[in-house]
Amino acid sequence: MTWVNVVIQGILLGGLYALYATGLSLVFGVMRMVNLAHGDLSILAAFICLLVVGVVDVNPLLAIVVVVPFVFLVGYVLQRFLLNFTLKGDEMRPLLATFGLSVIIQNGLLQGFSADSRGLDAGSIESASLALGGKVAFGWFPLLILVVSVLVIVLLNAFLTRTQLGRAFRATSDDQEAARLMGIDNKHIYALAMGIALAIVALAGVLMGIRTTFTPGIGPARLVYAFEAVIMGGLGSSWGTLVGGIMLGVAQTVGFQLSPGWGIFVGHLVFVVVLAVRPSGLFAKTVN
Amino acid sequence: MSLLELEDISTRYGDFQALFSVSLSVNAGESFGVIGANGAGKSTLLKTIAGLLVSPTGTVRFDGEAVEHLPAHKRVVRGISLVPEGRRVFPSLTVHENLQVGAYGKRGGPWDLDAVYEVFPLLVKLKNKQASFLSGGEQQALAIGRALMSNPRLLLIDEVSLGLAPVVIRHLYEALADVVRSGMTVILVEQDIGQIMEVADRVCCLLEGRKVIEGERGAVSREQITEAYFGMRT
Amino acid sequence: MKEPRELSVQRSTTVSKAALVIGVVTVAVLATVPLWADQSTSRTLVSLLTLIALAQMWNLLAGYAGLMSVGQQGYIGIGAYSLWLLTDVFGIHPFLAVPLTGLFAAAISLPTAALVFRLKGGYFAIGTWVMAEIFRLIVANIPQTGGGSGKTITAVAQMSVDERMRGTYWLALAVAVGAVLVVYAILRARVGLALTAIRDNEPAVESLGVHVFKAKLSAYVLAAFGCAVAGAVVYLNLLRIQPDPSFSISWTATMIFIVVIGGVGTIEGPILGAIIYFALQETLSSYGSWYLILLGALAVVITVWFPGGLWGTVVRRWGVHLFPVQRRLRMGKAGESE
Repeated sequence: MTWVNVVIQGILLGGLYALYATGLSLVFGVMRMVNLAHGDLSILAAFICLLVVGVVDVNPLLAIVVVVPFVFLVGYVLQRFLLNFTLKGDEMRPLLATFGLSVIIQNGLLQGFSADSRGLDAGSIESASLALGGKVAFGWFPLLILVVSVLVIVLLNAFLTRTQLGRAFRATSDDQEAARLMGIDNKHIYALAMGIALAIVALAGVLMGIRTTFTPGIGPARLVYAFEAVIMGGLGSSWGTLVGGIMLGVAQTVGFQLSPGWGIFVGHLVFVVVLAVRPSGLFAKTVN
Repeated sequence: MSLLELEDISTRYGDFQALFSVSLSVNAGESFGVIGANGAGKSTLLKTIAGLLVSPTGTVRFDGEAVEHLPAHKRVVRGISLVPEGRRVFPSLTVHENLQVGAYGKRGGPWDLDAVYEVFPLLVKLKNKQASFLSGGEQQALAIGRALMSNPRLLLIDEVSLGLAPVVIRHLYEALADVVRSGMTVILVEQDIGQIMEVADRVCCLLEGRKVIEGERGAVSREQITEAYFGMRT
Repeated sequence: MKEPRELSVQRSTTVSKAALVIGVVTVAVLATVPLWADQSTSRTLVSLLTLIALAQMWNLLAGYAGLMSVGQQGYIGIGAYSLWLLTDVFGIHPFLAVPLTGLFAAAISLPTAALVFRLKGGYFAIGTWVMAEIFRLIVANIPQTGGGSGKTITAVAQMSVDERMRGTYWLALAVAVGAVLVVYAILRARVGLALTAIRDNEPAVESLGVHVFKAKLSAYVLAAFGCAVAGAVVYLNLLRIQPDPSFSISWTATMIFIVVIGGVGTIEGPILGAIIYFALQETLSSYGSWYLILLGALAVVITVWFPGGLWGTVVRRWGVHLFPVQRRLRMGKAGESE
């Protein structure tokens, strides 16, 4: 029964990873760009939430309504007035610029908040859990995170397929020059995509901050998990990303159960095996 | 009254100069043909009008206003629409979605989904098919239909016939004739002289980036164009 | 009709010939440093020289092969740990062990490449990072390598301080000069042309039949070799190896900062960048995070607004090349002066 429990915990953890991965995948899908500061920006959101909660003393879950739109704005401005300039020419440029950003954010947070672990206190929901008999139980809050990530994927898919703006996202992704000929301002679309992606990881960052503790330095690991979920799931497949996230979550919790030091390693190992056996991922969408 | 006036256009790609001080004017309601060999600068000319390329010199006036500094997406809103070379439909979108995206600029007018499906009935049954699975002719029809969805006042079409079978080309040109009859101003670019001489009111010929001949359909003979096309005149 | 003039391909210029003389003299002078300077000078120069070597390796990857790796710390760590393995476990002389660490890393880099080369662009970057993390986690979790607390390289500690310092210094100099020369040689050779072409236009090169994969793989393996050897020299100096610092991403961050500031894709850039980085580190590193924020901001500003870095800006402004890797087409007979 212990193992059933471990797998359930892994699935729930995977929900969080899927949320990080969805943002990464959206940005890559729309502008073929990988944001190396992706994880750090989600940690930044958690710290912003910490500030908000400190100032107005509300539940961090409520603070989300301020933090997420704010980070959306940060993403829009960042892309529109900085990263868009790096999209011309060498594909290394956005990577170098976002790597620099990652260093700035990590050290900025370190300077502002020190290296101490922080947590966001959402009250009793954090520890509430449902026992299913035996040793099997799951926390309501991790379940909520999984539900949120499924909801985000559903909403994002609906946005991309059902709305005119969503279709513009996909058209820009297919052929940005042809999209411009339709009256689509690709720079605005890129900025919106980054805004939405960062809003999603901001949500992930706050939820993670409630679920566990965080420090300024853990951003890069979030980026790596998001990446592993995206690659395992298959580029361009949103449900694949969810499955990838869950696989990673299960691998890590199973690994932790075997030996605490090897938890993350087992996650990487599963990723490497998928990369070796199915480099295009499990649910790769065939383009063209 | 001229809808489009180009003056002294000399567009370049980096070190390569594609156009040399080209000037021309196109009247409202007119269909204008641009003929030239591969590499004569025809596509460059259309891209400069559409705003994908910018000439370091000269002016582009549309409906009396200078638009040479406007980016492509803003020129669409003004009413300039380009059907690009190679069709460039959005491969992962369905036919219907491609048309919907065509209306992104939100210009009102007679062209909507129904009107486009009426001019290109073959698209109706392909509505929910992903554009990447369409044949070349179907993609071309879709590309033209998609451009019409923005209700342009000036429609630029880059090589309708490229890589298509003669029968398909004829069908497309028949549909285009309908569009022209509706009063749309059209600039057509072709390598092939045949079709364009039937649709265009006026033609010009480009040779190595320079305009070498221009005139009414009746006033310019095929021989003159052929000579200009290959640069045989001295 | 005019007389037909011969075209000749010219590579060296007066400036580059002068640079060669100055370069040889500088290396010769640097080689004598341990004989007359004090230990702290040698130590400082060892750091600078290893930085030049590391930066040159990252430059080879990014600037010439178009591979953005953020996982080179993996090979530095492998260099450190294989130094310990070869000296303390197998009893090989430390100075001899240093080049062998490179072979060790090169051997590991081959299967690693088989995995990460399946990923493109930004995803390749994160993939290399994952591989470095995998190396770190293995070393940190097996008791034989000392786990999280690491190992001290005792074989090196047993040498006299003088002998160790001199040997380390000369190795560092050899690694730095070697890195510059090897990258230079690669760029002059055909494979260099192929790599520069990869950076400029991959599909075109593929159609020309150049073996893009082989060229990229060679660059990757060579960079693994170079990073391991440079890492081994660093730890000859430090003696204490631990998984977290040895496999830290800050190694790669340093390489990136140096190359970006100096200029990606040139040989002069990383040398200039290393000197600037080193000067900044010596003067500002006491400011801790502020110093790193400054470096990050510098990298962003240079990437966005001055993509050629400092040296690229110099080249654009004045057309100066110290290392003649580019071929200039000249009118007139070969060897004739202008």
